[in-house]
Amino acid sequence: MTQNILEMRSITKTFPGVKALSDVTLEVAPGEVHAICGENGAGKSTLMKVLSGVYPHGTYDGEIVFEGRSMKFADIRGSEDEGIVIIHQELALSRYLSIAENIFLGNEIKNRFGLIDWNKTTAEAKKLLARVGLNDDPAQKIMNIGVGKQQLVEIAKALSKRVKILILDEPTAALNDADSDHLLDLILHLKGQGITSIIISHKLNEIKKIADSVTVIRDGKTIETIRRDDVSEDRIIKGMVGRDLEHRYPDHTPHIGEEILRVEDWTAHHPQDSSRVIVDKVSITARAGEIVGIAGLMGAGRTEFAMSLFGHSYGSRISGKVFKRGQEIKTRTVSEAIKNGIAYATEDRKTFGLNLIEDIKRNISMASLDKLVSLGLVNDNEEYKVANEYKDSMNIKAPSVLNATGQLSGGNQQKVVLSKWIYSDPDVLILDEPTRGIDVGAKYEIYTIINRLAAEGKAIVVISSELPELLGICDRIYALSEGRITGEMPVADATPEALLKLMTLEKQR
Amino acid sequence: MTDTTTQKPSAPQGRGIGQLSSNAKHIVADLGKNGIFLALIAVIVLFSITTDGILLRPQNISNLIVQNGYILILAIGMVLVIVAGHIDLSVGSIAAFIGAISGVFVSADFLGLPWWLAVILSLVVGAIVGAWQGFWIAFVGIPAFIVTLAGMLIFRGLALITLGNSNIGSFPEEYRALGNGFVNFPVEIGGQTVDPLTLTVGLIAVIALIVQQFRTRSGRVKYGQDVEPMPWFIGKIALSAVGIGAFAYALSVFKGIPVTLIILALLVLAYGVVANRTTFGRHIYAIGGNRRAAELSGIKTRSVDFWLFVNMGLLAALAGLVFTARLNLAGPKAGDGFELEAISAAFIGGAAVQGGIGTVGGAIIGGFIIGVLNNGMSIMGIGIEWQQAVKGLVLLLAVAFDVYNKRRAGTAAAR
Repeated sequence: MTQNILEMRSITKTFPGVKALSDVTLEVAPGEVHAICGENGAGKSTLMKVLSGVYPHGTYDGEIVFEGRSMKFADIRGSEDEGIVIIHQELALSRYLSIAENIFLGNEIKNRFGLIDWNKTTAEAKKLLARVGLNDDPAQKIMNIGVGKQQLVEIAKALSKRVKILILDEPTAALNDADSDHLLDLILHLKGQGITSIIISHKLNEIKKIADSVTVIRDGKTIETIRRDDVSEDRIIKGMVGRDLEHRYPDHTPHIGEEILRVEDWTAHHPQDSSRVIVDKVSITARAGEIVGIAGLMGAGRTEFAMSLFGHSYGSRISGKVFKRGQEIKTRTVSEAIKNGIAYATEDRKTFGLNLIEDIKRNISMASLDKLVSLGLVNDNEEYKVANEYKDSMNIKAPSVLNATGQLSGGNQQKVVLSKWIYSDPDVLILDEPTRGIDVGAKYEIYTIINRLAAEGKAIVVISSELPELLGICDRIYALSEGRITGEMPVADATPEALLKLMTLEKQR
Repeated sequence: MTDTTTQKPSAPQGRGIGQLSSNAKHIVADLGKNGIFLALIAVIVLFSITTDGILLRPQNISNLIVQNGYILILAIGMVLVIVAGHIDLSVGSIAAFIGAISGVFVSADFLGLPWWLAVILSLVVGAIVGAWQGFWIAFVGIPAFIVTLAGMLIFRGLALITLGNSNIGSFPEEYRALGNGFVNFPVEIGGQTVDPLTLTVGLIAVIALIVQQFRTRSGRVKYGQDVEPMPWFIGKIALSAVGIGAFAYALSVFKGIPVTLIILALLVLAYGVVANRTTFGRHIYAIGGNRRAAELSGIKTRSVDFWLFVNMGLLAALAGLVFTARLNLAGPKAGDGFELEAISAAFIGGAAVQGGIGTVGGAIIGGFIIGVLNNGMSIMGIGIEWQQAVKGLVLLLAVAFDVYNKRRAGTAAAR
């Protein structure tokens, strides 16, 4: 066994209230392609942020050893100087600058007067582009090339920094097949030049194709590292999901009644590129008292489906029909959707769900202020009373309802979001990743609340990429892949393996 | 929540001391909330000293109101615009334009309409101007900065076109009263002229304040909310009552209640209620705090944006009327720089640049701080060049203080 180029030893990283990584170890051999697998929220991205210095030394426990030396990165710059470059899922390119400018952004080639040497910049950019197999003009603006090529520009940028370890976070999530294949070939090609790659991916067939070893992470812990010869999809899936499902979920005895929600052939296109289908003829139903799950990996169109349904908040050229108790309803605006008894708690509560500078009370009343109005004025004492009732019934832990929601922990913020929607008195509650970024204890509380709402006769739709969660709380689960429903099963018949297979089912081409 | 004592581990456990620290916490919280008010008092004290008390002479107090009335009217609308995350650079030009239009309406040389009709028509034109800007901002989606920068040029131009390169002046008495009229009923007592009407209104204001404060308090108690300790509560009311009393007395020995003050008082009351107690006002804060979250909560953000600018146009028109009436002249330079004073007032009064935070009361106090600075420095004979520089510095320091405070609060919350 040769010496490892990179060792991350016993990395532990805690956020307020959540242990994101616990004693994680990662060993990467020089010149290999090392894949990291795990469900969303397992801690993959956090681990890579620790490695690349996004979380500086001192904010985590454990040691990073790179080329035999212990590393203490203060920021991303520190790791890049050593040759560790991360390419995030959200590409960090400036749309309005040229390819060449982007490649050397922050790292400009200067002449002896300290001015940018454009001739040399262009020439160097051309060389780097050739290495990644791109023959576009370096003066071309980023906004004019496709996502696949943008990804390659990112890699060219990494090469310009004399990269030794290239970290790719879900590099093919936004790419089509041809672009994906090209990218994977490129990674193998770079491997031939001695560049080590760490690739985070959900796509098991890709991993099988290029990875020399696979480290599986679950719940912030390393499960195992599998060498190439032993890699199989079944083994990875088992490692990703295989955990004790007992007692993480409150008991739930469904009392399922009449059909409340029926969506037929719901289709939505990309908001900018209206030729790209994002949600493809999705049809689902949900009954009173039923908790329905939608399982899908990142990029499957889960959130896009929910948001396009909820007041056409996402997408363009939206079509399809929505029925409530058999009557067709329209949901063209958010207020129309709310009026028709639909509520949607977003996956990203900080950006889309809460007014963080405002207090708990006003966040809870935000979607249904009209209920508190008498004679044209908001009754703020009544508002206080309502907020306090929710604070008690939802067990929101805060000194008072007058505290700003920005000061609460993730779990308590989520309870405020749920309170807001429950106060709007919906018949259908769509919960998008209701427990993301929440610790185990608070998760249990959220599940209990979901059960209570179902017991009250509401139809609940839970969108999640955490299969154990869906299996633990739902009555019926749909699988979503590439914007299409690829299957449906009652929870009694569902297994993580079967669901994952449906979730990774690709379109016949 | 009956126990409101601080949770610090080092906090003393004794009951009496705990009670005391609860009081102290309220006082500190109140001082923080009313920091801007204390700043106003500090500025007033400073300039009363440097001007040998001229600042607080009855005539000067009355002047302060009348001279700053139009800026304060603008500040009310501006703070709401800023809370929603926008800005309005055009209010000075709109004020000039409406001043010119109203001159055409009311002047005997032109249309010679009755004063009340001229006022109403001017306000309508102001609302239309606001609707024009609101349309571009809310429905076309052009940033308010650009739309109102364009508006600043457009309406200044329209004002000049309306005036046709000259001034319009000499307006009817009733119209002029908007800017420099007084409501009074003077009586001579022992060689001193006093206006009992002003004193009565002052007394009514004090009684109304006391009743309102106690009703709010009892309402909160009824709903089990935390209220401030009684002595502190009484003390605050007493101080306010003394302040109002002194103010009313000062006005009563000069000319009585300025009409501008009546307009202003009505606006402050009305907009205070709009901001805090109506769905429209609440939606403004929700949009400023997190526009996407507001949208996804069913708030019609475009419609709120639109009406916000209609309202701003209306208030700019009112400010233009008051200013024109005060000068008894509609001129081409009217309203020059008003937008900057109104924006400064809102920010000094605690509004946040990112939106979501700001109060009508704060903007009014911010406006008064600028007014006292202007007035005090003028009395001291400080030149206009230094006045500008000082005002700029005060704005910068006020916002810097706000940013510093927030950063501290942020780190405290992260802990």
